Amino acid sequence: MADGNGFYKFTGTQDYIASESLVDAVNCALALERPLLIKGEPGTGKTLLARHVAEALALPMESWHIKSTTKAADGLYVYDTVQRLNDSRFGGADVSDINHYIKLGPLGRVFKATSRQVLLIDEVDKADIEFPNDLLHELDEMRFTITETGEEVAAEDRPFVIITSNNEKELPDAFLRRCVFHFIEFPERDLMRRIVDVHHKNLDAQLLDQVLIKFYWLREQTELRKKPSTSELIDWIAALLRSGITREQIESHIPFVGSLLKNEQDTEALRGYKERGGGMPSDWSELGPRYNQ
Amino acid sequence: MFLDLFYGLREEGVPVGMQEWLTLMDALRKNLHGSSLLRFYHISRACLVKSEAYYDRYDRVFARVFEGVEGSIDVTDEVMEWLNNPENFPKLTPEQMEELERLSSDELMRRFMETLAEQDERHDGGSKWVGTGGRSPYGNNGVHPTGIRVGGKSRNRSAMKVAEERHFEDYRTDQTLDVRQIKVALKKLRRMTRDGRASELDIDETIDETCRNAGEIELMFRPPRRNNVRLLLLMDVGGTMDPYFKPVSSLLTALHEEHGLKDFRAYYFHNCIYDAVFERASMHRSAAVPTGDLIRRFDERWKLLVVGDAAMHPAELMEPYGGIDPRLVSGTPGIDWMHRLIDHFDRSVWINPDDRKLWSHSYTTRIISKIFPMYHLSVEGVADAVAALVGAKQSAKEPVPS
Repeated sequence: MADGNGFYKFTGTQDYIASESLVDAVNCALALERPLLIKGEPGTGKTLLARHVAEALALPMESWHIKSTTKAADGLYVYDTVQRLNDSRFGGADVSDINHYIKLGPLGRVFKATSRQVLLIDEVDKADIEFPNDLLHELDEMRFTITETGEEVAAEDRPFVIITSNNEKELPDAFLRRCVFHFIEFPERDLMRRIVDVHHKNLDAQLLDQVLIKFYWLREQTELRKKPSTSELIDWIAALLRSGITREQIESHIPFVGSLLKNEQDTEALRGYKERGGGMPSDWSELGPRYNQ
Repeated sequence: MFLDLFYGLREEGVPVGMQEWLTLMDALRKNLHGSSLLRFYHISRACLVKSEAYYDRYDRVFARVFEGVEGSIDVTDEVMEWLNNPENFPKLTPEQMEELERLSSDELMRRFMETLAEQDERHDGGSKWVGTGGRSPYGNNGVHPTGIRVGGKSRNRSAMKVAEERHFEDYRTDQTLDVRQIKVALKKLRRMTRDGRASELDIDETIDETCRNAGEIELMFRPPRRNNVRLLLLMDVGGTMDPYFKPVSSLLTALHEEHGLKDFRAYYFHNCIYDAVFERASMHRSAAVPTGDLIRRFDERWKLLVVGDAAMHPAELMEPYGGIDPRLVSGTPGIDWMHRLIDHFDRSVWINPDDRKLWSHSYTTRIISKIFPMYHLSVEGVADAVAALVGAKQSAKEPVPS
């Protein structure tokens, strides 16, 4: 939605509940035309954000999922020598025209597009440590030259770039300096209620309370190697609803724990805890002060 | 007030520079924050702070600087006025101002940043420039003589409350920068070789063969290039190594996250290497591995990296039964094990966290530095050590003078 000043304003969508700070960061990056770097625990909706920003602003979106072998140049374009070699032998397209064999990558396609686009560069930290530096110039200028043909690909309308990182590698300072940064904090209980509501409408409030108490309690347990995330909570609630479980049943134990804990040691740890006679909270007041403000 | 925020962050060690500051100015000029202090809090955090590790410090500085300012705040007029007043940039010539306006040159920003930093130091304590004592128009003493409006009910949560909650305390880490620097140094720890199954299309070779074949396509494959470096880490823990916990753990983190290595193992010892090393830093008996096994298990293709201060009682290194740990009495003196290790492995280096100047003061450090090429635990030292591990073979270089 472009408002009177030509500014794009993002407010979250019906299916994506964004915290105020996230909304502010997105709008800030939009207005400044800077890339937005998003970090946060797995399962806090980093990747989904791009899709919903694109949806809310009614802009087309392109995604570039980074792997450990991805090179910066792949995002711009690839020169398909093998195809050309093949065509030269077996006939096909016009082999003399190199342009047939230049394939634009996600970044190239976004730059070439005639309208404003949203580009998601997903998990930028998966790639080599120098990867972000190799993209600095292209992201600054939003243009590059295809060496083989000398053609310049330049964006008419600066795309909105969303970059996500899981913190596996430190990102270079020069890269950080150019980005607007936001760390998605793990949702607090009120925000979480709204998020759950999007996925499971009209859930019994008391049941939800019990579910959330157990969920946040699990996350507080330091023995767990992997804390359950929002997406796992949503799955867990789905499982609970399917089985028609009642509030009383989850007051004292956690059914379908497999949808929350994805690691054998974690399940063991929980079992051990129960065998030692450890109890679980059934009221917010039994959780730490953070939940009782 | 905004400069207080900026310098407060710098004093707290948050890496904010001119570019971040100008980004924020740009955002304020576009009036993104409206009239809400909370949104100003969000936006200035997004522009100034680039890692959640610094969120906590940002919260603290923000709470300090904006103490007493509640609800809404008319930031824009304030900043615009400040920016438009050339007296605020007394050190800059008009040309520099013009350049600054264009916001283009990194170099200029860096120099401008330095000027600002200088300025701050010299005028500390209440100048018209970055005032804190009430003389400045941007003072934070609770009185608002220059148009910072107090009051006006905020529709959102209060920014002060958010800042004071200090949610991000857990994310603090004081070594973020070091790890990256060390990782960059470790990047050279590779020796690319092609071995294994031929699974990658060799385009040059394919074209050559195809031409030789009179245009009949002949596909040629080769094994992909892989890093062939296997690294064994032996690490001194406890005692005199405790003060070096931070740099050593940065090195460890960097090594563990260096996924490029073909193989990486770490073992621990205390002070000197004897008959056994340990799989875990707790050095429990159950985690002991005979040092002889290491030599058998890791063949000469492995590279050895020892981290330790090499400073101990001479007897611990030279005498049989010299170890200070009674559980580990051993008839073989430590020095023999050192010789066995260096003779066995392809390349070995020793990284010492002690200051280089101290090396010559310790008898055992001098001895060990004659056996192992020794490097200091610093970014350059690690880079040199890595070069020695993968570069041309050399004997112990310039031992520490006795």
